Amino acid sequence: MSLNEFINDPNLLPWLIPVGPLLAFFIIILATNRGRLARRAPGNPNYPDYDGMPVPEVTPSSIVLSVAVGWLGVMIAWVLSLITIVRALGEEGFGEHVFESGLDWLATGATALRMGVMVDPLTTVMLMMVPFAVTMIFIYSAGYSAGDPRKSRFFAYISLFAGAMLTLVVADNLLLLFVGWEIMGLCSYLLIGFWFEKKSAYDAAVKAFTTTRVADVLMLLGIAYLYAETGTLSFRTILRDSHLLEELANQPAIILGGSLSAAALMSILLIIGTVGKSAQFPLHVWLPDAMEGPTPVSAMIHAAAMVSAGVYMLIRMFPLFEAGSNLHGHGAEFAISTPLIFMAIIGGFTALFAATIAVAQDDVKRVLAYSTISQLGFMVAALGIGAYVAAAFHLITHAFFKALLFMSSGAVIHAMEHGEHHVHEHHDHHHDDEHHAEHDEHAHFDPQDMMNMGGLSKKIPWTFWPFLIGGLSLAGFPLLTAGFWSKDEILAEAWLGLTEGFGPHTFVFITLVAAAFLTAFYTMRQLALTFAGEPRTEEAEHASLTGSIAISMQLPLVILAFFALTAGFVGVPTDFPVFGPVFADVFPVEEVHVVDEAAEGGAGFGGEEEAASTEETAATGEEDAHAEEAGGHGDLKSNWFHHFISPTLIAAQEPPVIPFNVVPVLFSFAVALGGLFVGWAVYWRNPLETGQEDPLIGFLGRPLHNVLKNKYYIDEAYDWAFVRPIRWFSEVVVNEWIDKGLIDGILHTIAAIFTFIGDLLKVLNTWLIDGVGDGIPHLIAAFSAWFRRVQSGRIQQYLLIIMAAAILIGLVFAFSTGILTVSAAG
Amino acid sequence: MTVFGINVLTFLVIAPAVAGAIVMVVPQFTEGRARDFIARWLALAFSIVIGTVAVVVFFGYNREVSGFQQIVKVDWFPLLGASWHLGIDGISATLVLLTGILTPLSILVSFEHDDRVAAHMALILLFETGLLGVFLALDLMIFFLFWELSLVPMYFLINQWGGPDRKYASTKFMIYSLGGSLGFLLGVQLVGFAAGTFDIPELLRIWTSLEGETFLGADIGTVKALTFVAFFVAFAIKVPVWPFHTWLPDAHGEAPTAGSMLLAGAMLKLGAYGFLRLVIPLFPEVWVADINVFGLMTTNPAGIFAFLAMLGIVMGAFAAFGQWDIKRLVAYSSVNHMGFVVMGLAVTALAYGKQHAGLDGVDAQDAIIATNGAVLQMFNHGLSSAGMFLLAGGIYHKTHTRDMREYGGFWVKAPIYGGIFIFTSMASLGLPGLNGFVGEFLVVRGSWPVFTWLTLISMLGLLFTGGYILKGIKATLHGPFNMKWRDYNLEIEMRELVAIAPLMVLMLVTGVAPNWILPVINNSVTLILGG
Repeated sequence: MSLNEFINDPNLLPWLIPVGPLLAFFIIILATNRGRLARRAPGNPNYPDYDGMPVPEVTPSSIVLSVAVGWLGVMIAWVLSLITIVRALGEEGFGEHVFESGLDWLATGATALRMGVMVDPLTTVMLMMVPFAVTMIFIYSAGYSAGDPRKSRFFAYISLFAGAMLTLVVADNLLLLFVGWEIMGLCSYLLIGFWFEKKSAYDAAVKAFTTTRVADVLMLLGIAYLYAETGTLSFRTILRDSHLLEELANQPAIILGGSLSAAALMSILLIIGTVGKSAQFPLHVWLPDAMEGPTPVSAMIHAAAMVSAGVYMLIRMFPLFEAGSNLHGHGAEFAISTPLIFMAIIGGFTALFAATIAVAQDDVKRVLAYSTISQLGFMVAALGIGAYVAAAFHLITHAFFKALLFMSSGAVIHAMEHGEHHVHEHHDHHHDDEHHAEHDEHAHFDPQDMMNMGGLSKKIPWTFWPFLIGGLSLAGFPLLTAGFWSKDEILAEAWLGLTEGFGPHTFVFITLVAAAFLTAFYTMRQLALTFAGEPRTEEAEHASLTGSIAISMQLPLVILAFFALTAGFVGVPTDFPVFGPVFADVFPVEEVHVVDEAAEGGAGFGGEEEAASTEETAATGEEDAHAEEAGGHGDLKSNWFHHFISPTLIAAQEPPVIPFNVVPVLFSFAVALGGLFVGWAVYWRNPLETGQEDPLIGFLGRPLHNVLKNKYYIDEAYDWAFVRPIRWFSEVVVNEWIDKGLIDGILHTIAAIFTFIGDLLKVLNTWLIDGVGDGIPHLIAAFSAWFRRVQSGRIQQYLLIIMAAAILIGLVFAFSTGILTVSAAG
Repeated sequence: MTVFGINVLTFLVIAPAVAGAIVMVVPQFTEGRARDFIARWLALAFSIVIGTVAVVVFFGYNREVSGFQQIVKVDWFPLLGASWHLGIDGISATLVLLTGILTPLSILVSFEHDDRVAAHMALILLFETGLLGVFLALDLMIFFLFWELSLVPMYFLINQWGGPDRKYASTKFMIYSLGGSLGFLLGVQLVGFAAGTFDIPELLRIWTSLEGETFLGADIGTVKALTFVAFFVAFAIKVPVWPFHTWLPDAHGEAPTAGSMLLAGAMLKLGAYGFLRLVIPLFPEVWVADINVFGLMTTNPAGIFAFLAMLGIVMGAFAAFGQWDIKRLVAYSSVNHMGFVVMGLAVTALAYGKQHAGLDGVDAQDAIIATNGAVLQMFNHGLSSAGMFLLAGGIYHKTHTRDMREYGGFWVKAPIYGGIFIFTSMASLGLPGLNGFVGEFLVVRGSWPVFTWLTLISMLGLLFTGGYILKGIKATLHGPFNMKWRDYNLEIEMRELVAIAPLMVLMLVTGVAPNWILPVINNSVTLILGG
């Protein structure tokens, strides 16, 4: 098939989307990563200078080529994604039928496991976000890693990362998704440990890989189980077959069958995969440490790719998790499956738990790391209460503002490092004698510590404004930011359940509201500590970004800031006062069904009403009943996002549009504005002075603050409960006691017994037999004296003799049995 | 198919030995450096020719036709009823391919030895004869002959060219293997005389239906049980099945690089192949016979086999994690990985036994997938363990220490070596997209419905596979550079690069598109299990 054919056929095109970055990876690794021996320039804190030992360094021309190849790869992916998106938007009944193609991948008896790609509405939405965010990250990286001697390698890794993420997004089955999933795990390992000379970096890398692997091996079991039960791993084959799902939900699980159905067990195994990948409690510990990597990696991991992948998988597999529940029933009709409750608890708890830790962190990137864990908790909890669309919506908006925040923080750190550099040079120049003392003092300077910052809004305004916008979006600043709309939708769904008196919904609502308040608070704290007031250190005083680096690093911020504000408008509820009708006009829902113009009075929204009612009639009777009971909202119009993404599911499962309710909106307003206000009152109005203690310590009390600052001592607990015992078990129990002690002990005992018997026989020999046949040995001795000449001690000669004898014997056999003559004929 | 007028399989078995003899003799006519030069390149040229024939045999295997192919059968020892009977099916074709590929690469790597070069090369070639002989043999006597033959060259390779503790390691290896072989020989004799033939296809047909007869006064059931145990132990030592594995870290650790590559890459497969070719089809009713374990529970040999597989996976991973000797770490990884092969074979054994007894129990599809996985895992482990030993041996050769605590930060001075090390480690770890994952996934998928709890616990082993792989990478590549090695050249040598490149290509290709090899395995497996 020609390339043209691939590009022209929307079913084949998805194959090409991940190819660009993957090819870029191979090209960089194999061709444009040429090194030559050079001495390390001193001064870079991430690279030791090795006492002037020459080490291979990548040549400047290779670096330029690598960046170009990396950019080209990701641009191709972006363009192809755009083509796919345009085609998908123009496709009638998209969702009911999709772009897909596949091939046989594994032979298994008479059948084969198929591997393929597929673009459905959910994938399309991911394609809107991922390649775009990744492209921004690539542009930013070129500036961020300027002067890094391993820049080629860095671009190779992030290319592979992007390729793996795109593979995961276009996968039409769980196995290919898992392939992308794990390759991303590898990339994050390589990138977190990018500065592999630093102990903190490689330790964090190993931690990330190991922690997520705990989850991944269980997820693999879930995949195997699903495959064993259904004989396929294709999303659409499994998830759009409601009979199959019902069967799985009614069949007891292969283990723990007393309390779990097959669907529930495989769901929980899969969800554990996400608990690891999306850093949910109790496997969240790797993510804050992942801040050891270069900043674009953090953006990649936290926004565009890896952690989103976990939630994406949950959204993707949602029908399986939901199997057996009736989320839209009332009272006794309401039923919720175990996996959903599991998600609601994990997500809700994590959202609040991580937010409390974030409050007490001083590292600019760590605050963001915990906010990511918390926001992912929002999404997981949303799915746990069946808020399918809201979770997907929050995934997208979060990706934009979190990528923005991470890259902004990277710019801040870069500016601080610049300031540090400046201070260094200053001192080098004027205090040559004290150089070493100064050097030591500044070696401890942490450019990521917010306590060292302050007043940066004037130093780097082009970073400050995007950072502010990202922060407000994260805090859910009402109406204007994307974060508000998606967070509000989750709360609205939870509130609806709460009014019905459903337990999981109530739990989720309470935890998320509390978490949202803390989010707004720590976001304002971070903004204030970083940007408000006067610089608290000399380094902050000299912080700046200049030249092409400033453009490469800040241009993506401005672009992302735009989306951090506007991305939410595609999902504004149509019945939201004022905003609803406005954005329903801006993002009209394209009607694909035949519209009876005459039957509808209003020209503007007639189509949508028709669409909604068509969907309703397609839905099950119970849903109809529900829609009516919910207060005659059967004619509720879905917003653009809801309308577009819903057909990912089969009609019977499509989530209903929930009516507007003012209570959750007021909560959204109150927690966002309240948290921001408290943060402003404490940190912005009276900015911290140099050396001043965090006022939070006074408020919380030092012991509690310490607990939060040390993340509830979970790392220490894990070290004590798992890491040390396992090390001891492997090194001492398995190696010393079992293998060398027990098993080899038995072997050596047997050997000793036989040696003893042998010795005994030897004694018997000399004593009895030798005594009798003394004459014979003399004869033998004479013979051996002659024969000893053969024993030259040269192994070649021995082998020569053995070989000659073997061939001689072989030939005798061969000719006597006729092998050589007969086989010549056959 | 014939080569030089000889049946291609006969050629594959005999050619390496003849080549070995030539490599021994020809260089003796020259002196000094020329002698070593001729020995090396001659050996490499021969092994490439043999490897090419192996590749041709693999791709020439017609998977549309059932049964053994390329058969040659000549009377060999009429008095015993043994004949020179060779043939391949999809399973042996895969392993022949593996052996054919690994031998030239090992020879290339063993260029690093300057000591008695000709003998070293000749031993490797002789070893190849032993391996190919076992994989191709369709006669029990021939099978046994080559089984034993493969021991001798490996013993000398370890004993003469090995590390500091080579005497202990080689003796342990030899005695341990011979201990298994002793029972194996008796088993072969029992089978041969009770059934009146040593011909494997013939045995497969008649052996299981031998009933009501007595042999040397013993009931045929007793004979079967005895031979089962004898075969089981012999093959279990070779695989190695936990707890018969302690010869392996010593032998692997002390063997020269090429020896370790072949030992782990190809020789361990002899045992797994023996299970699949002989023990499972010959003793189906024994595998599913009830056994009472200390009055606590009832299981059968297949269940115990799966239990040992689980222990191999988990304990192998823990043991590897506890090592500071890089070669022992890689050696224990073999225990861990071969555990998955054993797990797959346990499913095969249970399924085959139940089918034979006409019992329900194991879905044929599960068994086929697990067996496919086991055979593919053998091939994959051959690639990745050979690669890992090549890399570990390379760094040992340069630093003369295997203690990883003395390494550190090598990635800085050896960026290419580091990249290859990580790539190969990841293949060994079972990263999706590379070969190791496909085999493990198939085994897990196949064994989950059959041995659910054991599979679940085995996943713990898979977790610690990650643990020891990362430990190896961390100790070797990461961290501040150990200035002790400042003046050493640690970068991979061109020769090693050439040797590992084909392995890496195969790892990637098998991971991305496993169907280049799997249908060949699948058809033979489906035939055996009748899915």
